[in-house]
Amino acid sequence: MKLNLKVWRQKNNDSKGSFETHTVNASEHMSFLEMMDVLNERLISEKKDPVAFEHDCREGICGACSMVINGRPHGPQQGTTTCQLHMRKFKDGDTIVVEPFRAKAFPILKDLVVDRSAFDRIIQSGGYISVNTGQATDGNSVPIEKDLALKAFDAAQCIGCGACAAACPNGSAMLFTSAKVSHLGLLPQGEVEHTKRVQSMVAQMDEEGFGFCSNIGACEVECPKEISTENIARMNRDYFKASLVSE
Amino acid sequence: MSLTGLFLILFLVVHLIGNLQLLSNDEGKAFNIYTDFMSHNPVIQLIAKGNYFFILLHAIMGILLAVKNKNAKGSKYAVSPNNKTSWASNNMALLGTLIFAFLLMHMGHFWFQFKWGSGLPMVNYDGVEMINAYAKVTTVMSQPIWMVAYLIGLLVLAFHLWHGFASAFQSLGLRHKKYTPIIEGLGKAYSILVPLGFAILPLYIFFTQS
Ligand code: HEM
Ligand code: SF4
Ligand code: FES
Repeated sequence: MKLNLKVWRQKNNDSKGSFETHTVNASEHMSFLEMMDVLNERLISEKKDPVAFEHDCREGICGACSMVINGRPHGPQQGTTTCQLHMRKFKDGDTIVVEPFRAKAFPILKDLVVDRSAFDRIIQSGGYISVNTGQATDGNSVPIEKDLALKAFDAAQCIGCGACAAACPNGSAMLFTSAKVSHLGLLPQGEVEHTKRVQSMVAQMDEEGFGFCSNIGACEVECPKEISTENIARMNRDYFKASLVSE
Repeated sequence: MSLTGLFLILFLVVHLIGNLQLLSNDEGKAFNIYTDFMSHNPVIQLIAKGNYFFILLHAIMGILLAVKNKNAKGSKYAVSPNNKTSWASNNMALLGTLIFAFLLMHMGHFWFQFKWGSGLPMVNYDGVEMINAYAKVTTVMSQPIWMVAYLIGLLVLAFHLWHGFASAFQSLGLRHKKYTPIIEGLGKAYSILVPLGFAILPLYIFFTQS
């Protein structure tokens, strides 16, 4: 299949970027990233600068493959990362526009690569349990309500990719932060530090310059792990509670 | 945002119920007595002051929030995503600003006139002299441009509340498997019925007076 790619090229965060148009011959069995590899192979053989993009696992679990495809982070397929998106989702002759994640707190490093270390700093501000909780215990030795276990597991699926902040018209990181807060806070090991964690992670999120949530819901639509905005409500609730009870 | 918004939502219900007295077939007697009571009762006056304050607070916070969020986004995508988010949710600040402009017009028509206007129509019921608010309302609403302006204002309000009602609950962390769908349903019903209720008034007056 023949595709017209409009790819965003930008030297660094200070320079002004623009689109570059390429035609690529791809097979419909390729993943989106493999199609990008085909483009880069050609650019390299032509002694041109290949398009910088991030990738690692290529199996939908690391969250590296940040790309906005036709206006949608991780492309048009629901609940799918860019690396798991296949070219059969497109038609021969399609024009595909590829842009980097856009949010002030994610400065562009080069082309499609953005600096998502703001998320790392949110995690460092409280996304952990301070003590060693030891080896995995025997099943059922720590009683956890089934419903809570399921909710915590749903939240734990967040791969920290940043698509939520990229999709949000406010550049807000609430879906990510609330997924992490929920994942830890719903389980007994993480519950102990929950109050402090909510406050410090929200404070760090604001410090990084992410916008405020106005419940548009674009994050939930674009999240490759289909994290629910239910987590945002939980974090709002717990943040209010934390403001009341903390010294 | 959410608390002030919810207060305004409550206010609108009371305001609508009061105004529906315009429809009663008594040349405005019920409405006039009601407005006279509202403008002289100290408790109501205190609530009214609170209401002005909350509207301003809500509007100022809304604009600051929108500016901050626009900055946090930085640049926009070349292709606009066609995902399933509502138009209203993406345009709350625009809708809010239009509502604010509408409120200025509305206050100019009535509140300002009643407070500082001269040559107000008066009426006397059983020896009590009061402003004939009903006459004032009917003069404004029987002019086509104001009638249409009110309808547009109410349409804008409907869109603002289409998103705002349920959004306020989510912002407060009030989310529940069973109750959230009910709140969302209530929000949609409110955002249609309340502006529609208000819209009946200019329409009714316009078509019965002219
Ligand atoms: C005076 C002009 C107004 C302006 C400038 C304005 C502005 C805004 C803005 C920008 C938002 C988005 C905030 C967010 O989503 O977090 C908002 C939300 C909201 N507005 Fe307004 N608004 C105005 C009037 C009203 C009125 C008259 C009502 C109710 C009758 C109302 C009810 C709401 C509600 C319930 C929300 C949702 C709150 C939330 O999401 O937490 N607004 N408004
Ligand atoms: S919540 Fe979803 S979109 Fe946001 S970082 Fe986690 S996996 Fe990515
Ligand atoms: S490359 Fe790891 S999730 Fe896409």
